[in-house]
Amino acid sequence: MTITTTPRPFPPAPGGGPGYADLPALMSLMTGDEKHDVAATSVLDALWVLYDRVLRISPDTVDAPDRDRFLLSKGHGPMAYYAVLAAKGFVPVEWLSGFGSHDSPLGHHPDRTLVPGVEIGSGSLGHGLPLAVGTVLGLRARGVADARVWVLTGDAESDEGSNHEAIEFAGARGLDRLHVLVVDNSSATHTTPGGLAARFEVAGWSTETVDGRDHEALYAAYTRPHPGRPRAVVARVEPKPGARPASARPASAHRGA
Amino acid sequence: MDTMRERFAAVTSRLLDEDPRLAVVLADIGVDGFRRAAERHPNRVVNVGIREQLLIGVGGGLALTGMRPVLHTFASFLVERPFEQVKLDFGHQGVGGVLVSAGGSYDHPAAGFTHMAPGDVALLDTLDGWTVQVPGHPDEAEVLLRHACAAGDDKVYVRLSTQANARPRPVTGSGFLPVRHGRPGAPAVVAVGPLLDSVLTATEGLDVTVLYAATVRPFDGATLRAAVEGADAAEVVLVEPYLAGTSTASVAEALVDVPHRVLGLGTARAETRRYGTVEEHLVDHGLDPRSLRERITAFVGRADRSGSA
Repeated sequence: MTITTTPRPFPPAPGGGPGYADLPALMSLMTGDEKHDVAATSVLDALWVLYDRVLRISPDTVDAPDRDRFLLSKGHGPMAYYAVLAAKGFVPVEWLSGFGSHDSPLGHHPDRTLVPGVEIGSGSLGHGLPLAVGTVLGLRARGVADARVWVLTGDAESDEGSNHEAIEFAGARGLDRLHVLVVDNSSATHTTPGGLAARFEVAGWSTETVDGRDHEALYAAYTRPHPGRPRAVVARVEPKPGARPASARPASAHRGA
Repeated sequence: MDTMRERFAAVTSRLLDEDPRLAVVLADIGVDGFRRAAERHPNRVVNVGIREQLLIGVGGGLALTGMRPVLHTFASFLVERPFEQVKLDFGHQGVGGVLVSAGGSYDHPAAGFTHMAPGDVALLDTLDGWTVQVPGHPDEAEVLLRHACAAGDDKVYVRLSTQANARPRPVTGSGFLPVRHGRPGAPAVVAVGPLLDSVLTATEGLDVTVLYAATVRPFDGATLRAAVEGADAAEVVLVEPYLAGTSTASVAEALVDVPHRVLGLGTARAETRRYGTVEEHLVDHGLDPRSLRERITAFVGRADRSGSA
């Protein structure tokens, strides 16, 4: 099976919409922090590059059978996700200021039945990747050839046994429509040195570890061909306060397909 | 006669030929029955290996793409081990699927408690919107499986058993079926799935109404209310092949404005820690015809004495 890794043209958000520079302001609508530091949000850059340059989805195609799917498995702290969805026109900017309130569709964990463009409800760790495997199998069974499935997990979330089940199966079955983006902020307890990418590699995945703040590196990693194998991109970002810094751990090998 | 599981594989294999929306997911249990179907439909028969959390998650993912997933393994591994997946990957995502279990509460006694799931229906009762089918005969299993596969995006649990009644009943996929009529106001005995024959034997000559329940959720409160109409205090006996008392809350809800007493019979909460045969376990749990008659007449007899006082 061959894969089209170059993004196809897909309808952009109407009117262009806000850009990356507007994300801190959008996030401040939820946090109330006018000086919100982008660096405090581990997934922001990785998400932005994905939505801005890679995923073939738009507010007009949230229900299109052949759309790319993005599954946010790490549903904790979804402010960056909501900001990106607002910037791309999936949800009104006005929704952001109601974040977490009784009348708001935007909760502290996302609910797919409430938010346009959100593919899964998440918050409990370890569900997104198995759901993504099923989504890939379902798209294949339905004869949807081009759609790609992305799932975002955290490094600590990778400890969940359900993810190990999914990683092994997807590798063995060569599910090359499946992409995992692991945002690694060194929050996992009992990590194996160099472990994150290695967990995928040993199961037969194509992997690459990149600087999670480097947009060009992220884009290159997202779009590198990986025929016949699922793809894992580990995006390293600065650790949460109090966590062991990523730099203290042995570097994972940078590998392509 | 074939078993319910053999019928499941045969029927679902045919349905795969007819319905392109259907997909079967297995976890190394029951794979042989689907070998030919897997050759015909390699994209719609998937074995994920011994990975039960993935089994349920994959089912949820298939449903998110519009497929109708049918997931099968033993009840312990289908409902109990990945219970949070059942809760979140179907219910919370707002999608449906068909869970088909085998083994039940005492189908493989020699295997011990690791292969028994007497609490599966009670567990599903903590979730919203699951239809629960407990066929009492392979023919009924076929009917109920066809209903389940065709039930749009509903969430359906089909509980297959090695125990079966001598002959099938005309099940429809919903509601209770009156199979024996007592006088007006007589006690009602609700017999679930494969325990019907034992209940009919146990209540021979007693003035009771017997309702047959192959569909236990939604609970058919209307038929139960009609069955006990006319009683000063309604008397209800539940005979279920899983945890005793699983449906007592449903009875209380159905009869909330009617004075009533209820006896919930089923498997014991305590482990028996015994192996042996299905028949021996039915005796252990007091679900054999002789034990059932003793327990049902004792319950009804107490009611008679209090009624005449």
